[in-house]
Amino acid sequence: MKYVDEFRDGELAKNIAAHIAREAEPQKIYRLMEFCGGHTHAISRYGLADLLPANVRLIHGPGCPVCVLPVGRVDQAIRLATEQGVILCTYADTMRVPASDKLTLMRAKAAGADVRMIYSTQDALKIARDNPAREVVFLAIGFETTTPPTAVAVKQVQTESINNFSILCNHVLTPAAMHAILAVAGGVALDGFIGPAHVSTVIGSEPYEVFARDYAKSVVIAGFEPLDVLQAILMLIRQINQGRAAVENEFTRAVSRSGNLKAQALVSEVFELREFFEWRGLGTLPLSALKLRAEFAAFDAELKFNCEYVAVPDHKACECAAILRGEKIPQQCKIFGTVCTPENPVGSCMVSSEGACAAHYSFGRFRETKA
Amino acid sequence: MSYSRSLDFKQGRIEMSHGSGGRAMAHLISGLFASAFDNPYLAQGNDGAVLPQPSGRLVMSTDSHVVSPLFFAGGDIGCLSVHGTINDVAMMGAVPLYLSAAFILEEGFLLSDLKRIVESMAKAAHETGVPIVTGDTKVVEQGKGDGVFITTTAVGVVADGLDLSGDNAKSGDKILLSGTIGDHGMAVMSQRENLSFDAPIVSDTAALHTLVQDMLASGATLRVLRDPTRGGLATTLNEIAQQSKVGMFLNEAAIPVNSTVAAACEFLGLDPLYVANEGKLIAICAPGDADHLLAVMRSHPLAAQAAIIGEVIEDAHGFVQMTTRLGGRRMVDWLAGEQLPRIC
Repeated sequence: MKYVDEFRDGELAKNIAAHIAREAEPQKIYRLMEFCGGHTHAISRYGLADLLPANVRLIHGPGCPVCVLPVGRVDQAIRLATEQGVILCTYADTMRVPASDKLTLMRAKAAGADVRMIYSTQDALKIARDNPAREVVFLAIGFETTTPPTAVAVKQVQTESINNFSILCNHVLTPAAMHAILAVAGGVALDGFIGPAHVSTVIGSEPYEVFARDYAKSVVIAGFEPLDVLQAILMLIRQINQGRAAVENEFTRAVSRSGNLKAQALVSEVFELREFFEWRGLGTLPLSALKLRAEFAAFDAELKFNCEYVAVPDHKACECAAILRGEKIPQQCKIFGTVCTPENPVGSCMVSSEGACAAHYSFGRFRETKA
Repeated sequence: MSYSRSLDFKQGRIEMSHGSGGRAMAHLISGLFASAFDNPYLAQGNDGAVLPQPSGRLVMSTDSHVVSPLFFAGGDIGCLSVHGTINDVAMMGAVPLYLSAAFILEEGFLLSDLKRIVESMAKAAHETGVPIVTGDTKVVEQGKGDGVFITTTAVGVVADGLDLSGDNAKSGDKILLSGTIGDHGMAVMSQRENLSFDAPIVSDTAALHTLVQDMLASGATLRVLRDPTRGGLATTLNEIAQQSKVGMFLNEAAIPVNSTVAAACEFLGLDPLYVANEGKLIAICAPGDADHLLAVMRSHPLAAQAAIIGEVIEDAHGFVQMTTRLGGRRMVDWLAGEQLPRIC
């Protein structure tokens, strides 16, 4: 595959790994958080930890869309499907996120709710056009990457006067989550971030400059391919060795400083900041998520169906919250791999292979069980 | 083939009467199934086929087919239902002899589509030399089926002394794969999602019994044969590891994947290791015989791209591990639930 295989080349990987091994100073510990689930997945799927010296530690961040979705938000979607009889559309992994009463959207579907997995907002729109007598709700989740397509759909709905389509908006913001992680007193100790790939194509590299300036953290924006990740790690090690904290861009083939201005304009035309939003793991954060602007209120499922968000506490034994903040690793959770498995996830981090727990369970758990 | 005039293969549809045991059903059976599958056992026209006693131990396997879409690049539910069940019998080292076929048809299903499917089954049965000797037809009301479901059962014979089984794999054994993975699943999925590629993805659906006979004749010490259908290569290897109480170590770079399939998987966020195959097999054999077995496999048209992809190791946990292309290590775990794409 052209433009993909080049970034998965084993020989080049060895070469970068050799540089990392040479340049990482043995007396130092490099604590690097990969913010995005896409990076967590790449690291696990390609076994990148095996190519790094022991003192270069990767800490999984909260950038996994389904992981940060709190129970109450999934409950809200399930209520819309079961009590209001809407066709509830959402992306893939969201179908398996645990909700209250041992439900998931997938289980609600099995029990008769009309829940449909879609690949794009355009699929959801088509369902609305094809079913004019039914209400169609799109459970919109994700960081800045998935927000512009939702904005496009909202504009289309308005232009075409489609009145049976609405959005249950759970779009969240990356910089707000990074602030939250750094602001916790006694929280995880970090030296730098492997910065988001796809998110940064939209928002650019500029929004991360505050983390270098105010928190003295190195940030290197990296693509999701394994060589991107290795190269970014090398760039972070160099910054840290030089005592610098700056935003650097490894993913120059897709990310600029200002990002995608057209997408940004569209998003700010359709959405505005929510005053507060509850995240799984990070708590209720101010100005950390989006809602539809007043002029698009007719397409806001929360208003249309008068379904309020009710916060629900996580399972008592579940350590997803601490894991999402980077304070614990999956193996430190008592129910990891016993009660909580990918077949039967208790916490959201066990749902998607981008989630720290599922990634470790599915790709890396052989490491703890060596004879 | 001369079909009864009472069947309108241009515009006709399946009606409830086609399953009610009356004249309409008799017309459907004689005008379509009996003439397409034509063989002396079916022609007996009785409730069951009386078959000559074979020599050797009997192997029997059954499989239901519910694929959507019914027609896909490289095949359809008809030939798939013949190949799939023949392969299950072949994986026991058996020579498949006879098939049965049971149809559940949905009211309103186009007779022209049914005819295409039945003719495809007849062609597959003819090409594989395994006749469909008995069958059944039921009709369910509209909305209670998905067009057509087909269950086939195959009977075959296996030679005395040959005991292939999922619990036979031993530490040190080599793992061979007969060709590229993911072709069938991605052919079906790309059709379902309306994706088109420069080089179309074609299902690998095929009957593997002649390949198996060549492999048995090679003299290699075979321990396990299995076809990695649903759940793909990863799931099948995990099944074998669990049954045999061993671990496995794979080499990612050795596993053949068609480049268009790899691209489609990338596009849909799927891992080819977990995507279904319908014309591939995994063989586990004694280490000293692997190279010879590989050569024999490669000389068969259905296994030209066969490869040694890894080996069996001791591991009480039954983990399947893999050296990645990047030189790191990872597990290749059981598929958890359905394979769903990641979000970003």
